[in-house]
Amino acid sequence: MANLKTVTKKSKAQSMGMHTEVLTGRTQQKFFNPDEAENFYYFGTYDVDFNKRTDLDVKDMTAPEANKEIDNLMSQGYGTIVIKNPQGKHSLGVGILNKLNLIFEGSLGYFGMGSCDGPIVRINGRVGWSCAENLMAGKVVIEKNAGSCFGAAIRGGDLICKGSVGARTGIDMKGGTIIIGGDAGAFTGFMMQRGRIIILGDVGINLGDSMYDGTIFVGGEIGSYGSDAVDAELTSSDQDWLKRKLKVAEIGENFDVSKMKKIVAGKKLWNYDNLEPTEKKGAI
Amino acid sequence: MCGIAGLIHRGKSSNVGSELQGMLQALKHRGEDSTGYALYGDTDGKNFIMRFKVGENVGEGSSSVMEDVSVYDERKKIVDETLTEMGAKIVKEERTLPYSLRYEIDYNVKDLLEFSQRIESIPGVEILSMGKSLEVIKDLGNAKMVCDRYSLDKVVGTHAIGHARMATESGVDIKSAHPFWGYPFSDVSVVHNGQLTNYWNNRRVLENKGMRFMSECDSELIAVYLAEKMRDGATLEEGMKASLTGLDGVFTYFVATKDSLGMAKDTMAAKPLVLYESDDLVAMGSEEIAIRSVLPQEIDTYDPFDGEVKVWQI
Repeated sequence: MANLKTVTKKSKAQSMGMHTEVLTGRTQQKFFNPDEAENFYYFGTYDVDFNKRTDLDVKDMTAPEANKEIDNLMSQGYGTIVIKNPQGKHSLGVGILNKLNLIFEGSLGYFGMGSCDGPIVRINGRVGWSCAENLMAGKVVIEKNAGSCFGAAIRGGDLICKGSVGARTGIDMKGGTIIIGGDAGAFTGFMMQRGRIIILGDVGINLGDSMYDGTIFVGGEIGSYGSDAVDAELTSSDQDWLKRKLKVAEIGENFDVSKMKKIVAGKKLWNYDNLEPTEKKGAI
Repeated sequence: MCGIAGLIHRGKSSNVGSELQGMLQALKHRGEDSTGYALYGDTDGKNFIMRFKVGENVGEGSSSVMEDVSVYDERKKIVDETLTEMGAKIVKEERTLPYSLRYEIDYNVKDLLEFSQRIESIPGVEILSMGKSLEVIKDLGNAKMVCDRYSLDKVVGTHAIGHARMATESGVDIKSAHPFWGYPFSDVSVVHNGQLTNYWNNRRVLENKGMRFMSECDSELIAVYLAEKMRDGATLEEGMKASLTGLDGVFTYFVATKDSLGMAKDTMAAKPLVLYESDDLVAMGSEEIAIRSVLPQEIDTYDPFDGEVKVWQI
């Protein structure tokens, strides 16, 4: 496991609230050295033309068949694909590691857009549980509501729901940004480790329970705070970032961000195993 | 895992048998050990409809045993005699399967508890449902198999709830299958997705209060719990709200009465539910694809939040 420690001098990412600790020892940067970028081949990717557009009707397809056809179309250079009649099917659009404009004309079931890295996705409908789980990069916009475990364990990218979301939004997230236009359910930000969550509406009980790091911004009422989730000062740079982010997300542009609450980790649970029993009691 | 589905038409009747079959069949990947229907059909309301079984359909892990048809015949004969003794007249009799029967009974019920206890005192006999419009039909297999076996696709009514079961807490048989009748209240049924962790504690308390359990399926507790609350004067909605703290574990459940349909979700929101609501129809299920089977067009749906209770009237 990486060695964790705090430092007084903040990096840019730390200033933006992405995280507060510093990882030392082996990091991903070693494996993704920019100097070696030209030698880097990303398996399963294609050169696509965003102006090359096609429709794909998945009404009579299974999810694996639809996903294979999306891959096939990308291999032919299509950079914009419109999916017709998704009809709440599960696991649509998973594992796309490409730059791609993907538009769903309808709703998705569970696990939609899981494990993706790079696509720009607009879903003109609703999504079920675990949408965009493990998202690495890209942008996913949902026009209606979303189910529970929205953005579970995402590493990066922007995940935007214009409606309301269920419980455990951003559970175990490790980076990226989740933006909710409506309300969010219980255990939002549960065990989150990095990244930011913005909720313009109300949020349920146990907000940020056992969160390790990262930041949650809430515009409405909070049902209750989870273990180790505490209030923090909303700085002017926070407000600037929120305004920019909401504008880019095309959501809540006129929202008064100055009244938002900022929630961070109290860090009493850090190195929990090394705490004395009496200290453990105080941390929970 | 299990899947649940339900729908209620407000202000009109529809082919709820066929609609619920489509919804449950869409959820069959969540479990097809058994499937159950609670259908609220259009009736004249004069006679009671009693669905009961005189034997079991035994699957994996069941503590029951398969018996000879002659045993079923003997039990049916005792049921008929008991009904006659109680002054109940069998208006119509259907025997869909050797162990499964449907009676329309002309009977001025004074005490449904006493009536049910008399019938169920016959060894091997269990009332699946008793009511003026409710009919509980449950058996082993997926939704289509059960629907075909019992010819449910033509049932017209206002509302229905159903369950596709993956057996985890008890064996595969009819007695452990959902829906559960809210014994001894007529026209009350329950389906559940989840796991109740204080089942035995609650069961002991409720049995001491005179409530009856027919299976060892934890979900039956919800029906009995609500029945006990209603027996003590609570409304259905009050009972459901009390269940959020009285029942421990993870659950999403539906409960239906002769003129209403309700849902409750635990405070952890650990079990899924997708809901569609309009002026004339409410449809809900463990997954959106269940709702899509009756509403294939693009619709607005949402997940109810943790600790939410909702009740709709026909």
